[in-house]
Amino acid sequence: MTDRQEIYDTIAAQIAPFNKKGITLTEATTFAGDLEWDSLTVMDFVAAIEDEFDIIITMNMQAEIETVGQLTDAVVKLQA
Amino acid sequence: MSEATATANDASTPAEVAAPRDLFSKFDALIAEREALLATGVRDPFSIVMDEVKSPTVAVIKGKETILLGTYNYMGMTFDPDVVQAGKDALDAFGAGTTGSRVLNGTYQGHKEVEQALIDFYGTEHAMVFSTGYQANLGMISTLAGKGDYIILDADSHASIYDGCYLGNAEIVRFRHNSVENLDKRLGRLPAEAQKLVVLEGVYSMLGDVAPLPEMVAAVRKHANCMILVDEAHGMGFFGPNGRGVYEEQGVEKDVDFVVGTFSKSVGTVGGFCVSNHPKFEVLRLVCRPYVFTASLPPSVVATAATSIRKLMHAGDKRAHLWENSRRLHGGLTDLGFTLGTKTPQSAIIAVILTDQTQAVAMWQALLELGLYVNMARPPATPAGTFLLRCSLCAEHSADQVEQIIGMFAAAGKATGAIG
Repeated sequence: MTDRQEIYDTIAAQIAPFNKKGITLTEATTFAGDLEWDSLTVMDFVAAIEDEFDIIITMNMQAEIETVGQLTDAVVKLQA
Repeated sequence: MSEATATANDASTPAEVAAPRDLFSKFDALIAEREALLATGVRDPFSIVMDEVKSPTVAVIKGKETILLGTYNYMGMTFDPDVVQAGKDALDAFGAGTTGSRVLNGTYQGHKEVEQALIDFYGTEHAMVFSTGYQANLGMISTLAGKGDYIILDADSHASIYDGCYLGNAEIVRFRHNSVENLDKRLGRLPAEAQKLVVLEGVYSMLGDVAPLPEMVAAVRKHANCMILVDEAHGMGFFGPNGRGVYEEQGVEKDVDFVVGTFSKSVGTVGGFCVSNHPKFEVLRLVCRPYVFTASLPPSVVATAATSIRKLMHAGDKRAHLWENSRRLHGGLTDLGFTLGTKTPQSAIIAVILTDQTQAVAMWQALLELGLYVNMARPPATPAGTFLLRCSLCAEHSADQVEQIIGMFAAAGKATGAIG
């Protein structure tokens, strides 16, 4: 199992190409509020994360995920 | 009490100055955007009134005779004399409405006749008619996929498909528009034992592009426990030897479990349906809430639909003319220098892609003033945040009208700077 920090770092690396405003990432950074992503960006990003970790993040789960930390937790759970 | 009113304690402050927050506050940004747009003097693209409708292709808007190029009335059945007569006869014989649900007092002989017309048209065992196409998707998707099941849908799916997902309790998985690989990968990651409903569309209505159904069906069939539903709203009437849709034209009839469609496009009235060969299909009439908990279609509507569907079975010449119109308009607009939604004419929808809202509205209004109505479409309805002028052709557009349309696009495009 990959540890949580490693997953967080991988997610951060995946966020970089979509982080057009150069926001400093923390666990609490929100996708809609801080990164100001629209639904299309979210979709492209989710697809990238799904392919990176070979998982599925359903739209039901996506509705509950607001921050980078929450996404990290979700990926940890899905990989377990 | 909201913050604004609570702090407005100065008796001399007029009450209307403080705008209290209420349930409508979430729409403030949209209201402001519209007000700013309309303040520039343009007409509102979303509040056009057709004062007179002279034929499937001509209406009068604010006193001006206008060619209609945004109606989805693909086969021009709205004014077909047999269709209109069937509606009048049913109105006389059965009255204005059923005032009831299909499962109670709302199934008349006409509802059974239109379901039989669909069975004959599609060559299936079963047909179920809903009050709108939107409700057909809402009902089929929310009822078929329940808790613990999965719905796999194309990202560019119509709102009625998304809303069908939200109405039910299934897990929702999206794949990239028309991407076979993306679909295949996602199916591969889902639990094999889980039941899955894959929802596809024959024609995607925003850009008018067609799905690669044989490749998609092949990808789906690699995985266990999948059923396939194809929405043929924009394909019925003129794709395939029998006009059943893209799935017929592409030869995947045996692999599609459910076809959903509408009466509000090629059929020329209103209503929705699903056809299928599944042996247990009829149980849906008892468990599908958007079918049960609404009034059935009026007798005149089902009579016009049944007559129209039977006529569409023998509409080979009309189909051929519709395709000619689509090819000519696509070629004409491409030659003028417009960017279109598809490189080749794939359907009866031709989408003109513009740079932004200002240009789209200017173009839309210039066309309207020249006597041409097209649909303006904007995000979130459009893919990738695009602004579109969406043209939908009709089999009743004459070759001469199509030339006039191209001429109007040339004039409007130059006047607004959309083309050089």
